[in-house]
Amino acid sequence: MARIIGGITTSHIPAIGAAISAKRCDDPYWKPFFDAYPIARQWLDTMRPDVAILVYNDHGLNFFLNQMPTFAFGAAEEYHNADEGWGLAPRGPYPGDPALSWHVIEQVMAENFDLTTCQEMLVDHGFTVPMSLLWQDKTPCPVRVIPVAVNTVQHPLASPRRCFQLGQAIGRAVASYPENVRVVVLGTGGLSHQLDGERAGFINRSFDRYCMDKIVNEPEALLDLSIHDLIEQAGSQGVEFIQWLLMRGALSPQVRLVHQNYHIPISNTGSGLMVLESAA
Amino acid sequence: MPATIDRRPIFGTCPFDGTQARKGYALNKMCFSFNQANNRAAFLKDEDAYCRRFGLNTAQREAIRHRNVLELLAAGGNIYYLAKFAGIFGLNVQDIGAQQTGMSVDAFKAKLLKAGG
Repeated sequence: MARIIGGITTSHIPAIGAAISAKRCDDPYWKPFFDAYPIARQWLDTMRPDVAILVYNDHGLNFFLNQMPTFAFGAAEEYHNADEGWGLAPRGPYPGDPALSWHVIEQVMAENFDLTTCQEMLVDHGFTVPMSLLWQDKTPCPVRVIPVAVNTVQHPLASPRRCFQLGQAIGRAVASYPENVRVVVLGTGGLSHQLDGERAGFINRSFDRYCMDKIVNEPEALLDLSIHDLIEQAGSQGVEFIQWLLMRGALSPQVRLVHQNYHIPISNTGSGLMVLESAA
Repeated sequence: MPATIDRRPIFGTCPFDGTQARKGYALNKMCFSFNQANNRAAFLKDEDAYCRRFGLNTAQREAIRHRNVLELLAAGGNIYYLAKFAGIFGLNVQDIGAQQTGMSVDAFKAKLLKAGG
């Protein structure tokens, strides 16, 4: 049977991808950020996941305001990245696992979650930066991937509680898959940052630390937050924390904190790396 | 019972809701087109013609002319699409953060570093 081995959270801002491309990972500015990742990669080497379900938000590569799905679930054989307009070199492609995608889609739809299914889907930096950080753009890609794109562009957004509940349904769906597949779930984006308006540059260390503390084994404490609360506390792009909650929902109720690192700032953002291992 | 929508104002922040989406559709559609290199080149070659093609209104056209992010937001722009417009000029999110807060880029970066303690 398939099993979710655990989850990883990571920021996914484009500046990380630019630093990797420019080989600036050892610069004093970036080193405290990148130095946290080898432990996460070692954990992946030990745990040997076959599939990564990668929860992220599209920033205007695949989806536009003409059609904006709240939850878009990848079901493709392969996923491609492309030019996003500001100079990050495209990565990939990434192999999919459409059989597992459709199994999860069928199961969570049967639990009354309404997904958009995507047999073609460009994945943007929100997807590729975590892949570069965790699998270092190895070819062939060491894992099959299932992208799950959460709308954070067009309000209203799905609530933190709804995202967590969808994660729980995804966890049950994976557990019912008859193949022997090991799955890691990545919750990407965040933590606090705001790019737009007179409050641009807003960042909130104490709220980020609170979220990282609670998400380990008390995620329920975060589920009464509204999107408005998240904007207020974490900035307008800090709402990406809903992707962390979706990831967390897919893991076992209690998890083991394997590794964490909080670093502030990278570009305009508070960065949180966490490795959470599901109970066996 | 209808749901209560929380609209408490947050300083310097305008969530991109339906009102903004309606107001900014043409502007955002143009900026979305800048994912493609040939469209970025077409904009640079003839800015007026490119803006006309997408049907920008006067406020949007002026905001594009001024390269002013706060004006673009006020005209209904969404920051993710506007970032592609800024990218044409090699500007990143720290450059546009500085512009919106009236700071120099160095001062804006210093403010973020200070948040790190």
